[in-house]
Amino acid sequence: MGHDPDPKAFVANVTSLVEGGADILEVGIPFSDPVADGPVIQAAGTRALSAGATPQKIFDTIGELSLQFTVPVVILTYYNPILAMGIEKFMRNASDNGVNGIVVPDLPLEEGDRFRELALKHNIDSIYLAAPNTSAKRLVSIVDKSKGFLYLVSLYGVTGPRDALSSQALETVKRVKSLANGRIPVSAGFGISQPEHISSLLRAGADGAIVGSALVRTVAEHLNDPEEAPNHLKKTITALKQASKQRGC
Amino acid sequence: MEPLRALEEAYNRFSSDPLFKKELARWLESFAGRPTPLYLAANLSRHAEGAKIYLKREDLLHGGAHKINNTLGQALLAKKMGKRRIIAETGAGQHGVATAIACAALRLKAEIFMGSEDMGRQRLNVYRMKALGAQVHPVESGSKTLKDAINEALRDWVTNVEDTYYLLGSVVGPHPYPTMVRDFQSVIGREARRQILRQEGKLPKAVVACVGGGSNSIGIFHDFLNDLEVKLYGVEAGGHDMSPGKHAAPLVAGREGVLHGMMTYVLQDAEGQIESTQSISAGLDYPAVGPEHSYLMSVGRTKYVTQTDSEAVDAFKQLSQLEGIMPALEPAHAISYATKLAKTFRREDSIIVNLSGRGDKDVEMIARQFPQ
Repeated sequence: MGHDPDPKAFVANVTSLVEGGADILEVGIPFSDPVADGPVIQAAGTRALSAGATPQKIFDTIGELSLQFTVPVVILTYYNPILAMGIEKFMRNASDNGVNGIVVPDLPLEEGDRFRELALKHNIDSIYLAAPNTSAKRLVSIVDKSKGFLYLVSLYGVTGPRDALSSQALETVKRVKSLANGRIPVSAGFGISQPEHISSLLRAGADGAIVGSALVRTVAEHLNDPEEAPNHLKKTITALKQASKQRGC
Repeated sequence: MEPLRALEEAYNRFSSDPLFKKELARWLESFAGRPTPLYLAANLSRHAEGAKIYLKREDLLHGGAHKINNTLGQALLAKKMGKRRIIAETGAGQHGVATAIACAALRLKAEIFMGSEDMGRQRLNVYRMKALGAQVHPVESGSKTLKDAINEALRDWVTNVEDTYYLLGSVVGPHPYPTMVRDFQSVIGREARRQILRQEGKLPKAVVACVGGGSNSIGIFHDFLNDLEVKLYGVEAGGHDMSPGKHAAPLVAGREGVLHGMMTYVLQDAEGQIESTQSISAGLDYPAVGPEHSYLMSVGRTKYVTQTDSEAVDAFKQLSQLEGIMPALEPAHAISYATKLAKTFRREDSIIVNLSGRGDKDVEMIARQFPQ
């Protein structure tokens, strides 16, 4: 989550994730009412907002980070903060600061033509979500209109670490992969926290795994000793990354 | 999106089915107590020194508010769709109570999300929901009021979508909810229009209703929309005052935004974060409003005003003492505005106020805040 718990600690945490082997960074821009998120991310958004986070300030930080790293950055936020800034200005800002893609869980494909046009114009990938119950017909248009990768929601529910992969996860990966037919990479998120989750997902055919709450939780566990968080994050991400390399087994 | 599509499809199928309509009409009549009277509040009218004020007595419905029109409709629909677990959000608790009632009668399981702040100020309704067999989940996130209860209900719905029906209580949220809830509530206006024509022989000059999410107001406005000579007034919660965070008046003081799957007027700061709201009435304490209200305002068909907490409390006392009717604090906002509006019309004219709920639930709080 951008600027959670504050801008300085955020930069240190992100740095450790990149050093630990993260392939893509997903940075949240906080919204007061994040309906797709569970308690962990919600609390992070609240912390960031009380520390004064705004979309503009987070863009500025991402701009600075993009001078240091080459890892692609994807923004996750909700539609209202984008509308408040103005879609065009938001995209220009994102683009100027080295953002590569954007996910907006409360903007369905069907309502997003203008959004997609402006994203395209500013060279930002618009990434759409597909859930276990997304119909084949709708999946086809999601595959058509997604850029960058397709964000596969691996369960029924909101973000947040779960002990085990959901029963739908692997089946959904296979279904979506076969419909995507190599036209777009498929990354699975929601509820993924353990190295073995990642190896199973990749074995089922996923091109990537998205881990959010499990990392944000580590930040939350170290609010009193924030200088400890980067070490823990690095350890976690290294283990997760290691699991992604064992897909052959 | 898929659950919303399934819901829309089911709603379209059943709402045009004569058997479904007949079944709902029977529940509304024999269980809920429809039609409700249109009552000429003669004492209040004399006191206001203007047009005759008629009250559409939704407060006399089973459960004490208009909410049951919608919960019976949606619970029947859920049953037809084969869903057995019903979830709902509630602000003042009236929608929660109406959901618990409909679910008990139709043998469905009810689970209600309610902000812990609202649970404190509407304790009586929490007891009522539990007594009716519903489970009440306190919501501790955000401002701990209605908007957060909706957030939690949405989160529960996406998690348990296969067996769960989300019974939304107002004309808010993603399509088809605003349309569906309006249709179920528009029985109010259909009756009121027929009744005023019978009693007065002509249409009223104005119809006044309070607006939180906006279901009772859309419900009474809807049948008057084509009667362009009838002015339609929505009364939002002016709260303490009109500074940010101190009221709940998105149509009067908000701007266009997206919340809970709808594009509408929203109270928000410059960065698009949703602002907190304040109102003495939990049922109006919501930072957005049904999108149809935003549309009707933008085309100039409806007008929106505010009344403050203390004006609502005064109207509560006035109606109680002048008419022997204790209104809920929500419609007390409408009563308050109507008594002022009445003065601008002649004595032979009439206006209708939607008395959307009864005030029993508010007595404890009014006694606490105004002990005299």
